[in-house]
Amino acid sequence: MLKSLQIEPEKCTGCLQCEMACSYEATGLFNPAKSRIKVFTFHEEGRFVPYTCTQCEEAWCMHACPVEAIVVNQATGAKEVLEDICVGCKVCTVACPFGTINYVQDTKVVAKCDLCGGDPECPKACPTDAITYVDADHTGLERMRAHAAQS
Amino acid sequence: MAWTKNVLRINLTDGSISKEPLNMEWANDYLGQRGLATKYLVEEIDPNCDALGPDNKLIMTTGPLTGTMVSTGGRYSVVTKSPLTGVLACSNSGGFIGNELKNAGWDMIIFEGKSPKPVYLYIENEKAELVPADEIWGKSVWEADEYLHKKYQDPLLRIAAVGRSAEAGCLYSGIINDLHRAAGRSGVGTVMASKNLKAVAIRGTRGVGNIQDSAAFMKATTEAKKVLAENAVTGEGLPALGTQVLMNVINEMGALPTRNMKEVQFEGAGDISGEAMLEPRESDGKPNLTTNAACFGCTIACGRISTIDRTHFTIENKPEYWGNSGGLEFEAAFALGSDCGVNDMDVMTYAQFLCNEDGYDPISFGCTVAAAMELFELGAITTKETDGIEFKFGSAEALAKAAEWVATGEGFGKDLGLGSKRLCEKYGHPDLSMTVKGQEFPAYDPRGIQGMGLAYATSNRGACHLRGYTVASEVLGIPVKTDPLETDGKAELVKAFQDGSAVVDSAGICAFTTFAWSMEDIAPQIDAACEGDWSVDKCMEVGERIWNLERDFNNAAGMTAADDTLPKRLLKDAANVGPAKGRVNDLGKMLPEYYELRGWTADGKLTDETRARFGL
Repeated sequence: MLKSLQIEPEKCTGCLQCEMACSYEATGLFNPAKSRIKVFTFHEEGRFVPYTCTQCEEAWCMHACPVEAIVVNQATGAKEVLEDICVGCKVCTVACPFGTINYVQDTKVVAKCDLCGGDPECPKACPTDAITYVDADHTGLERMRAHAAQS
Repeated sequence: MAWTKNVLRINLTDGSISKEPLNMEWANDYLGQRGLATKYLVEEIDPNCDALGPDNKLIMTTGPLTGTMVSTGGRYSVVTKSPLTGVLACSNSGGFIGNELKNAGWDMIIFEGKSPKPVYLYIENEKAELVPADEIWGKSVWEADEYLHKKYQDPLLRIAAVGRSAEAGCLYSGIINDLHRAAGRSGVGTVMASKNLKAVAIRGTRGVGNIQDSAAFMKATTEAKKVLAENAVTGEGLPALGTQVLMNVINEMGALPTRNMKEVQFEGAGDISGEAMLEPRESDGKPNLTTNAACFGCTIACGRISTIDRTHFTIENKPEYWGNSGGLEFEAAFALGSDCGVNDMDVMTYAQFLCNEDGYDPISFGCTVAAAMELFELGAITTKETDGIEFKFGSAEALAKAAEWVATGEGFGKDLGLGSKRLCEKYGHPDLSMTVKGQEFPAYDPRGIQGMGLAYATSNRGACHLRGYTVASEVLGIPVKTDPLETDGKAELVKAFQDGSAVVDSAGICAFTTFAWSMEDIAPQIDAACEGDWSVDKCMEVGERIWNLERDFNNAAGMTAADDTLPKRLLKDAANVGPAKGRVNDLGKMLPEYYELRGWTADGKLTDETRARFGL
């Protein structure tokens, strides 16, 4: 069973524990600047919204890559960057409609969410379950349940 | 480790900037943030210097846990000599800038001297530069924030700034970061403005590491987060109602300061409570509270994000205040509400927005307005001073005007910016000032919560709830319930809370964790992150050392045992209603025992033995 990250912004408090967990897993440091999941604050509206790669099936980044440095992990469905092959051309960052793959100056290659190899850290770090890792076919299950309860 | 071990020193007089290694011997004795920065300050300034002169220094400092995955690990503090109290100021703030400073690779910034012209400090990791602040001097914090974000085209830039109140010399101006978080108390913003320093803008992308034992740290912080999540206060009460969860509780026990502390219960408490913030309003069907919000790394998320009713008289013609911003917390709600006799949530939220927009402490502001209202009702202040406004208890109009005046220092705002002590002296009624060492009281009347009287009287920064929050024990039963009307055992309780708080404030975490965490939860997290021994005993020893260091400085700055007291009203006039009816605060029963437990002389000075014990 494939799983997906499910994000429910209305539960997010903007604490950035997810950004720390992500950066720590990826770089060994607590460094929100290097996180592949980002939390956006809409101050005037009083809203916090986490956002990251949704692992498109026909991934724009993967198709755009001229050196085939982005590959599918069959076990997780994640589109992963092969850092040894990536040449840092950044074409994928242009191709991605969502902005969730980005160039990293320190490493000179791109980085994106890889679902931590199937055991993602961000949902574990989220204190309010705004980020969960659920059955990819049923990301709407809890919302359906909520509406079902009202019917 | 966990410290970056780098100190950024900025000489504002000559514009020189240097990097120096953190004194690790001191770090071992004082941990970080509050303790360690105080050690630096004490070593570097004359205790008798003019707080607003170039000889005072101002330190922005993080703790070893700031910027790590520990819950609430985003705290930073500002340490300096206070212009309000004449003794140490140490103001702690959340938001996001503490983490940013740490991520840029710095444990602390020491500002010294005074810039000949207004400047701001821009930091991008290793790079630090002073930049002329002509475009933002004379502007509010919110305008400065917007200008700097636009100028650097960097939405992730984190900014701390002073507002127009600080520039105008208001003695209780704070430093606002991330638009609505504040190093709020004791006039640290006034000191910053006196140095012609408008703002600090930081971008840090280097990462925080140097964790002594990563596996142990992740295990300890994960377990401690679980403790917070499962605790009724940190897991339920604070996220739902914020610190405002206390309004009705404190009112019911007859300890809610009302009308400049003349009374201990407020008939309008329900109207300004955390519960009331959830009630839909008539005009648009929306409640005052939009959502709760977290500071960096915080798994509690007690922050209030609120709106003001658009039809309210304060903002009906001011669309710039129609959006969400940081709303009422309990300390602000009592000061702007019950202490002024005001039960209008919208005018209070408006005043809170202005406190954030132009950087002044809502506690000191509200209490000063309350004192002015009492002076007005006595006839000592008249409509001549107040621009024709009837400055009476309960007046929403007076509160709104006062907030606007103090924001810019215009008109009567100049007097209100003096704080309660100087205002009451100026108008001939010094006894009406509800202050200790010149700083206004927080939201717990010590007639109804006896231990808090001792905590206020002996606090190293004047009246303050965060220096020894015995409310936890006396009201909430944390860690054990003590009788709020009893004085026996309170000296020991106050000392334990004071020493423990000094550790929390020095680690980089938030005081509110201690509703759930004891030192047994906190010490293992520090110990896993930092080199050296950070057992519970070591932490408490460090806390006690910090307390004594602060006291020693304050004594050297001219404070004496005579300053360890409360206003006459709280010592002589009994509470008129409620469970504490008939009671005054029995400070005299607690203070001598406290001095003895501290190892101080009868006149409140460190004995040679105490000095030797802590290496002071």
